[in-house]
Amino acid sequence: MTITASVTLTINGEDVTREIEPRETLADFLRRDMQLTGTHTGCEMGVCGACLVLVDGKATHGCLVFAVQAEGSTVETIEGLSERGIIGDIQAAFHERNALQCGFCTPGMLVTAHSMLAPPGVPTREEIRDALSGNYCRCTGYEAIVDAIEAVARQRAGEEVAA
Amino acid sequence: MKARAFRYVRPATIAEAFDAFAEAGGEASYLAGGHSLAPALALRLQAPDVLIDIAHIGALRGIVLDGDSLRIGALTRHAEALTDPHIAAHAPLLRMAAPHVAHPAIRNRGTLGGSVALADPAAEFPAVMLAMGAEMEIAGPDGHRRVPAEAFFLDLYQTALEPGELLVAFHVPIARPSHRWAFDEFARRRGDYAVIGAGVMLDMDGPTVAEARIAFLSAAATPVRARQAESCLAGRLLDAGAIADAQQALAGDLDPPDDEQTPAAMRLHLGRVLLGRLLGGLIDNAAVAA
Amino acid sequence: MNAPLGALDRPNSYIGRSVSRPNAKRLLAGKGRYVTDLVLPRMVHAAFLRSPYAHARIVSVDAEAARTMPGVRLIATGGDLARICQPWTGTLDHFKGMKSAPQLPLPVGKATWAGQAVVAIVADTRAQAEDAAEAVMVEFEELPPVIDIDAAREPGADRVAEELGDNICFHAKLDTGGIDGLFATAAHVVEEEFLFGRHTAVTLEPRAILADYEASEERLTVHHATQTPFQFQDLYSRHFGIPEAQVRVVAPDIGGSFGMKLHVYHEDMAVVGLSILLGRPVKFVADRIESFVSDIHARDHRVRARMAIDAAGTIIGMDVDDVTAIGAFSTYPRTSAVEGNQVIRLMGAPYRFGNYRAELSVVFQNKVQTSQYRAVGHPIAAAVTERLVDMAAARAGLDPAVMRERNLIADDAYPCESPTGYRFEALSHQECLARLKAMMDYDGLRAEQAVLRAKGIHRGIGIASFVEISNPSPAFYGIGGARISAQDGAVVKVTPSGEVRCLISVTEQGQGTETIIGQIVADQLGVAREKVRVITGDTEVTPHGGATWACRGAGIGGETALRAARALKANVLKVAAAILQARTDELDLLDGWIVDAVGQQRLSLADVARIAYFRSDTLPPGTEAQLTVAHHFAPQGYPFAFTNGIQGCHVELDAETGFVKILKHWVVEDCGRIINPLLVDEQVRGGVVQGLGAAFFEECLYDAAGQLTNGSLADYLVPMACEMPDIEIDHVETPTLDTILGAKGCGEAGTAAASAAALNAVNDAMTPFGATIAQIPMTPARLLRALGRI
Repeated sequence: MTITASVTLTINGEDVTREIEPRETLADFLRRDMQLTGTHTGCEMGVCGACLVLVDGKATHGCLVFAVQAEGSTVETIEGLSERGIIGDIQAAFHERNALQCGFCTPGMLVTAHSMLAPPGVPTREEIRDALSGNYCRCTGYEAIVDAIEAVARQRAGEEVAA
Repeated sequence: MKARAFRYVRPATIAEAFDAFAEAGGEASYLAGGHSLAPALALRLQAPDVLIDIAHIGALRGIVLDGDSLRIGALTRHAEALTDPHIAAHAPLLRMAAPHVAHPAIRNRGTLGGSVALADPAAEFPAVMLAMGAEMEIAGPDGHRRVPAEAFFLDLYQTALEPGELLVAFHVPIARPSHRWAFDEFARRRGDYAVIGAGVMLDMDGPTVAEARIAFLSAAATPVRARQAESCLAGRLLDAGAIADAQQALAGDLDPPDDEQTPAAMRLHLGRVLLGRLLGGLIDNAAVAA
Repeated sequence: MNAPLGALDRPNSYIGRSVSRPNAKRLLAGKGRYVTDLVLPRMVHAAFLRSPYAHARIVSVDAEAARTMPGVRLIATGGDLARICQPWTGTLDHFKGMKSAPQLPLPVGKATWAGQAVVAIVADTRAQAEDAAEAVMVEFEELPPVIDIDAAREPGADRVAEELGDNICFHAKLDTGGIDGLFATAAHVVEEEFLFGRHTAVTLEPRAILADYEASEERLTVHHATQTPFQFQDLYSRHFGIPEAQVRVVAPDIGGSFGMKLHVYHEDMAVVGLSILLGRPVKFVADRIESFVSDIHARDHRVRARMAIDAAGTIIGMDVDDVTAIGAFSTYPRTSAVEGNQVIRLMGAPYRFGNYRAELSVVFQNKVQTSQYRAVGHPIAAAVTERLVDMAAARAGLDPAVMRERNLIADDAYPCESPTGYRFEALSHQECLARLKAMMDYDGLRAEQAVLRAKGIHRGIGIASFVEISNPSPAFYGIGGARISAQDGAVVKVTPSGEVRCLISVTEQGQGTETIIGQIVADQLGVAREKVRVITGDTEVTPHGGATWACRGAGIGGETALRAARALKANVLKVAAAILQARTDELDLLDGWIVDAVGQQRLSLADVARIAYFRSDTLPPGTEAQLTVAHHFAPQGYPFAFTNGIQGCHVELDAETGFVKILKHWVVEDCGRIINPLLVDEQVRGGVVQGLGAAFFEECLYDAAGQLTNGSLADYLVPMACEMPDIEIDHVETPTLDTILGAKGCGEAGTAAASAAALNAVNDAMTPFGATIAQIPMTPARLLRALGRI
């Protein structure tokens, strides 16, 4: 009675094959089947940004993609980004600036921050706010998040110049 | 908020997609970016038996210059409208509208074809297709056909697409040096569906408007051309008087939805303000060009 | 013996220092552990069939087809759960005459709002439960919905609850006397009708609960995303008849709360009941659509108010009528009358005047309940008062800042009492105003405003003072019969390795409770902050206490930790003195070392602990090595600690479109002793943004049939990064003398007056057009109407 399909993909560097229901979203698949609970679901309709993960390197709402659609894709979650050490400076800046309170939006915020900081250059505060326009935070009032991202951008730009 | 169960198929060609649709006996939906479909499924507003994932059909991709038109594949992502050099050079209105479409992550995956085929009257790309005079290339089991944007949007969420047909590509007449383009919208928050928005193309003969194409979003049951306003401008010097006449004429062009938050009168008023600002901004451009 | 609090030039002086939160690192790594994330063996999932009607009789429920669907474990109706759960009533004894109908997990007779849970479905997965919910057939008979607050109060109106006789939940009056005469003879009277929209908390983690009833031991464990674990331990125990000691409530990481997660929700009680019926763990996470129709809403007030001033511009009286609609029931156990009560009691609170009259009507209607959400009542009182002050200033020909300079209670006038009966220990309105003017360059902004107006650019400047209630004594709930603690408890202990653990009843939802408690303990004990681990949120682990709400985490929780740490330090020094054969008054504990009078390190805390735990044989006979201390603290003295502050808002109005850009926002606030400026500032900023959300965006919109028409995150507009301004913050510190710590709390301050400042700023911007607005949210449509454009 239950319809299932096989899906094979790479999650945080690990090849994974699972038999799942096609109706399972990538967010639910990561949280339930893979126990990667750092991907949060706040609205399940692509509005709040808490479920953002990288799919083939691009920030993607885990709740707007069914896991079967990610067949053959490379998925990276907050856990993978953390363990790879690639967002260590962003996490440190968030910590230092207290750019999080309850932490529920934070993984999505970090994915957005990672994506927007990938190209070189220091974005303006308006550009940072624009990039965050799809990430909802109820606790901080956003300013600390903007501050933290701005600080990392400056720090990275400075390091590049120095090198 | 979990979707009802469905089967999932992933055809590699348009023909396979049609076969899958036929096999499902009509209870199938095509899935491209899925960014409008997935919430509808989660809310159980739609519950097809089969989802046909067309995102891997090569024939639906690609942005190529084809004589004096630009062929834009239906699977082109919103984000590509921001970065593709052909779009920037030849379809500038798409480039102008793209930053207003939702948020960065949505633009990474949402497709132009998905947005236009859904035909949400509040969405940017359908209105932009009208303003650009694009033609829709549609494939069905019996072959391909082309439908001009004007004839594509029929009613609220209703298009010229017959059940089972696929939107394949857009053919956009390329911008000429005499063209002036403008797009803007009023939205409550960045990335929200706009209260009103418009795309404008003016074909200028010096300071005079030779032809105007103006399309509004969130102004009727479909994206809508403002033909009476366009007539007010055609053949006239682009000045305050012509703009005021065009603004007045909008009453005959727009049939905005009416609700407590955004009454119809407000949308019409804002439509006029927006048109005035867009055209006013083009006066300066026209002067500079002359 | 103890250095003055706030001196930052000694080791371990953490009180007053900006330090980051140790527990935030886990959240940044995606390793938070929210109830939403929890999985237990044999866990099943609940979904609910909800009433499509605002008011309807439940004629029949047919669940036969659904029961046989894949994965379905149980389908329960109101009657099934009523057999094991005692009903509850949301009234407090000290609100005289208050009434509300008894409530059950699921209704047995009729549904009273659209979205009310009617049938519970439990299945192996949430998706299966939703599948089965679609197959449950409920026959409803529609009843006329009670929606409008005036129609609801008409004699003979349709009733939300037949047995109550009318739709009035609570009615109150305050009157110092003489109001009619005063207003008849005043030099100027200004008056306005204000409308405050319903809005809701929208925590990013929705409500979540996982109930696990173990029949063999008759033990209930509830993992619950709540601010108040002990309150729920008590409620689950009493309503399900399980001895209190057999009920454990665990609140792990919580994804935002803001007051919303301390109320009893029907689904939560149902889930506990379902777990009892099934003998299995049952989990329910509200999806966002369910959240909008079942989380408490807040505000929804219509206030008619007037203010009288004399010829010199001195405020002499206020007269207020507040009607607030609260939904179908008064919320349990804190009720839905507290907000209205605080509205009429906080009205005019920053100002010096003696004559006041107020009437409050709390009205039932067929909508979801309203109740306490961040800054309960404050934004309404602040907006009404501050708008009237601006209107009065205009009438008197005074600049709004000058008007406030003349009328705010003088900083040397304390202690004093408000005409509404609140007793203020010490506030700092005048200094806050002076600081705000300097910080925002008030005079410069006014000059710039005049120049820009001439160019057709319409900027507005608004300021708003506020008083905030915090650190409530039992006067809040306890005297009304609610088993909600006004005290907190802490256990502080030295581990055998010389580290410190603090188990405390206040809770953490991201505001930094654990961090400040750690700072206080480390500071008072004399150890490095890294050596202190703070544990909260588990009724089995910490002493009983009120937890975190009404800004009591720092003021009451902090004082509890301070006193516990001091007691532990005394005990440590006693043991050290015994070991060192010294006198305790010659010793101190500094940076983890026992030091003597000249500061010489004599013995590490780790050695004291080692000896006490493992070599007690070497201690002198009779030595009591009490390296664990339990301490409880309840506020005494003033019934509430009041804080105060002032906010400034700068906006630019596009008068053609009705769109407003918020350019900048400023806050000067006085929360007493500041424990961690970094965290205080972020509390204030987050609070301001919730207030600005109410001012410009947030509103639960209902149609005439009582249907919520914008109940999704796409349609209900929460403030986002692009629309919010940078927010500058300054502080005045007036510690309360009721405690050693002197902290008063800061969680509500931002929300309390942000919407008031914004309301004044927008009205200021509209002055050249002769237009005004007295309704929030100030949407483009409302502003265009006010401006006569549509």
